[in-house]
Amino acid sequence: MESLYLLVPMSVGLILMILGVFAWALHAGQFDELEQEGARIFETDRPELDQAQGDAQRLREKSTTSNKTIDG
Amino acid sequence: MTHAAGNRANPGAMEYSDTVVRWFALATIVWGVVGMLVGVIIAAQLTWPELNFNVPWLSYGRLRPLHTNAVIFAFGGCALFATSYHVVQRTNQTRLFMPRLAMFTFVMWQLVIVSAAISLPLGYTSGKEYAELEWPIDIAIAVTWVSYAVVFFGTIGRRQVRHIYVANWFFGAFIIAVALLHIVNSAQVPYSAMKSYSAYAGVQDAMIQWWYGHNAVGFFLTAGFLGMMYYYIPKQADRPVYSYRLSIVHFWALIFTYMWAGPHHLHYTALPDWAQSIGMVFSLILLAPSWGGMINGIMTLSGAWHKLRDDPILKFLIVSLSFYGMSTFEGPMMSIKTVNALSHYTDWTIGHVHSGALGWVGFISMGSMYYLIPRMHGRTEMYSRRAIELHFWVATVGIVLYIAAMWIAGVMQGLMWRAVSPEGTLSYSFVESVKATYPFYVIRFLGGLLYLGGMVVMAWNVIKTIQVGQVTSVRVLPSMAHA
Repeated sequence: MESLYLLVPMSVGLILMILGVFAWALHAGQFDELEQEGARIFETDRPELDQAQGDAQRLREKSTTSNKTIDG
Repeated sequence: MTHAAGNRANPGAMEYSDTVVRWFALATIVWGVVGMLVGVIIAAQLTWPELNFNVPWLSYGRLRPLHTNAVIFAFGGCALFATSYHVVQRTNQTRLFMPRLAMFTFVMWQLVIVSAAISLPLGYTSGKEYAELEWPIDIAIAVTWVSYAVVFFGTIGRRQVRHIYVANWFFGAFIIAVALLHIVNSAQVPYSAMKSYSAYAGVQDAMIQWWYGHNAVGFFLTAGFLGMMYYYIPKQADRPVYSYRLSIVHFWALIFTYMWAGPHHLHYTALPDWAQSIGMVFSLILLAPSWGGMINGIMTLSGAWHKLRDDPILKFLIVSLSFYGMSTFEGPMMSIKTVNALSHYTDWTIGHVHSGALGWVGFISMGSMYYLIPRMHGRTEMYSRRAIELHFWVATVGIVLYIAAMWIAGVMQGLMWRAVSPEGTLSYSFVESVKATYPFYVIRFLGGLLYLGGMVVMAWNVIKTIQVGQVTSVRVLPSMAHA
């Protein structure tokens, strides 16, 4: 089963890589305040409306839109 | 905010790169009709073999890989490109990284599809299921895929929100895994311009092939479409996913466990027994994250079930999840060796695949396209809502006919093949099982025809929507405004 000499190390390497990405996500704060992240996709909805309608809505909601941007 | 500053100087940079999304969405519809039409043709050929017409390039053996490639990589692939390019921009509030490279992936992907549509009927094949294309096309796929990864991860790299939305994780895993699978499985020695030999031989080749084959199902046909699910279901239902926390658990559990389910395709073969058993165990484990994700998606409608009654797009999206649940239950069951002894090599497998392909992959793509296409043409609704409703019911009846026929045919074949008379001889010859399958092939053909009919209705609806719609560019907002 020589193919396993390729597939097993590759799978182990892959798992280590996935673990690495998971560790990064954990430390980069990707999992902080998770539940509100599910709702954020609705905040970006404005641009998808018709231009005129969208502008009005954007102005109305400008103050309420959260300000979670990357600094710097 | 260096990005924002740069964007202010260049107003064009404030707009989402939607051209490539529009093109991929349109290609999805075109290839959907073509791929499903070829499927109906080969279903008819199995029922009425005269339809092979004794023309080599119209024969079942050459058209079958054309069908699988067209529906998986052309229809499904274009849907994945379109939705991932759309979702990654909207959820990260930035335009695409290198939009021209994104257009390059569109052109290349169409070239790959066209070369498949020419080379497969001509008989060029590497003989590897779902990886039949010969080596020059394989190289083109690899180039396209690396460009895709650059655009996608580049876009995530310039995101304007800290958190990476869960759909992007699924799309990202799909892109990386497919690159790896394609490159390892396509390792081959070219012999001439259109002929090559696999770098592996015998059972090693089989193991690599099904490591590829099953993970193609896992990452191409599952993870990518789950990315669609986690964006378009909440958007269409207008409520956040039931549990965002669970969606994160779903992602990590799925990608940690998927890689070793492949050997269940090689039960009772020359593959060592322990490797077969590992494949079976991992397949059974997969039931947990799959059902977690399915329940999470469906429960998004919790407290708003009435929307399912009124909204045909939500019907597509939610019913796709119920098919996802059904096939991710059926799959692990079929991976159990004793069940597999009955089901393997029968039409039950075909039924299982199509419950996933028509029900899950097809419906989630169609639902997402019904959300996406009008919005890419300055509208919020498709041209005809009744046509969506019609499409849904025609396609659903088609799927039920298809998979019920294949279940019955498959179990019947399995039982006939293993039936032994008291004297110890086989009770049935093979051709008797073929004859008994005939009526079910007719029903399967009708089911496929209905499903194709639904797709044609969709194509009409899309053309009408594009005609009455207007392409408008959408500005990247809102976080830019605060910067």
